[in-house]
Amino acid sequence: MADLTESLHSEHMVLNMGPSHPATHGTVEFKVTLDGETIVDLEVEIGYLHRGFEKSCEKGTWEQAFPYTDRLNYCSAIINNVAYAMAVEKLLGVESTERCQYIRVITSELSRMADHYTNIGAGALELGGYSAFLYFVEARELVWDLLEKVCGARLTSNYVRIGGLKNDLPPNFEQDLQEVFKECRKLYHDVDTLLRKNRIFLDRMRDIGGISTEEAIAYGFTGPCLRACGMEYDVRKAQPYLVYDRLDFEIPTGTTGDNFDRYLVRMEEINQSMRLVEQCLKEMPEGPVNIDDPLIRQASKDKVYSKMEELIDLFILVSEGVKPPKGEVYLPTEGANGELGFYLVSDGTGKPLKCRVRPPCFALTQAMPRLCKGSLLADIIPTFDQINLIGGECDR
Amino acid sequence: MPEESKNLGTLKDRFGDVIFDTHSYRGDDTIIIDKQHILEVCRFLRDEADLSFDFMMDLTVVDYLNQEDARERFEVVYHFYSSERNHRLRVKAPIPESDCTIDSIIPLWIGANWFEREAYDMYGIRFNDHPNLKRILLYEEFEGYPLRKDYSITKRQPLIGPKN
Repeated sequence: MADLTESLHSEHMVLNMGPSHPATHGTVEFKVTLDGETIVDLEVEIGYLHRGFEKSCEKGTWEQAFPYTDRLNYCSAIINNVAYAMAVEKLLGVESTERCQYIRVITSELSRMADHYTNIGAGALELGGYSAFLYFVEARELVWDLLEKVCGARLTSNYVRIGGLKNDLPPNFEQDLQEVFKECRKLYHDVDTLLRKNRIFLDRMRDIGGISTEEAIAYGFTGPCLRACGMEYDVRKAQPYLVYDRLDFEIPTGTTGDNFDRYLVRMEEINQSMRLVEQCLKEMPEGPVNIDDPLIRQASKDKVYSKMEELIDLFILVSEGVKPPKGEVYLPTEGANGELGFYLVSDGTGKPLKCRVRPPCFALTQAMPRLCKGSLLADIIPTFDQINLIGGECDR
Repeated sequence: MPEESKNLGTLKDRFGDVIFDTHSYRGDDTIIIDKQHILEVCRFLRDEADLSFDFMMDLTVVDYLNQEDARERFEVVYHFYSSERNHRLRVKAPIPESDCTIDSIIPLWIGANWFEREAYDMYGIRFNDHPNLKRILLYEEFEGYPLRKDYSITKRQPLIGPKN
């Protein structure tokens, strides 16, 4: 008997998951201390996708930061574009045109849909639901095709500009959108019926990775993960920007704050985003998409090629950049993962003195040890998926 | 007097001697305080019923190297939000280059942990009593603080493995 206990390994086992692991989508490393299959301790190592976002932004003009913002949350690049553009506009003290604001809402909401599709699809895949993944990737594909028609790119859109947009919506956009939405609703229905009452999915999601509202707030949770706790905080409602105050939409909330509630919140947000897009298309006025100030948003090429002043302004804009007055602003927006805020400091020159982004999933990922301790090793997978770490945004 | 600055009034009444300056540029309420009193001020922000800032939304640092009217070289910048009152506040604490330290606010918001680690990683600001103040986005062996203005963007560090 004594020999038997001697050869039993009862000490804790340390397991490294990642940084390149099929379940840790996004390069992140978990150092898991296990007692059997139960997680005793978890340490998260991030930074594998750090590429010096802020330093790069400080090097170029204000306008040149747009491609970098694309690469923050690359599942919903346009939301980052919009947030950054609005922050610079706040710094400049200008407001974009009404049509521009509607288009920004439309493209942001389409991006949000794509983001949630990716998140839920990938989450289902990791729990063995391959069909749900394929359906939602198809839906995402349709949305991306639509965005491709708008801005020419699928992933890194680079669509928004300071004081306007790269271009207006393409012709026949509304018809294309209606066809896409019809298809998306069908796919949504398929996935919803596959997952919502699926025994395996429920067992893996329900009562796992839960957190109370108070704790979530202390950790700085925002977005779907906070709303799953039952707190109705959405920047679009709390401090409306663009034209969100004119639109009719609801904020879905959960009750327990577990993974299943997060899933439900995201699913409902897809519906709400569709509602928002449809309303915008109905209410959107005609008019210019760019503000009429050639020192902020370059004039159209026909003006630049035929008028002296516009040509000079374009030279100044390209060589020196927009020059916001000395000062600082913080502009919060609702990203797909939570509050996406830009804190910008200008010293009055053409380059940012500071271009800080408040990444929503940074605060969420931080709580991983709290969410996982005491649960099983396999529970890391659904929890981590619902946290929705996006390396580009978390590591910058 | 515009409505936004009501909070600034409350804070000035309470902490008149530790607040260096206040402003509401573009509608963002801002207070600039003495770094020695950061914990005390933050506790008041969180617990005072009229303010009740429950969210620590963001924490970062700005390097004002060679900026003429800068108070000190660095400033630690906090952004708070109150879900109950739906208002925001920016708190800034100037940090001199000779003493890059400030008290950690983890006792008040546990979520400040990683934000403070990032500030340390990028700017070399040390947060007193932080339980695990080490680099977060960069690797342990990295030398220098890359977001400081005197760290050249073209500087390269080939070391990626452990030192031996």
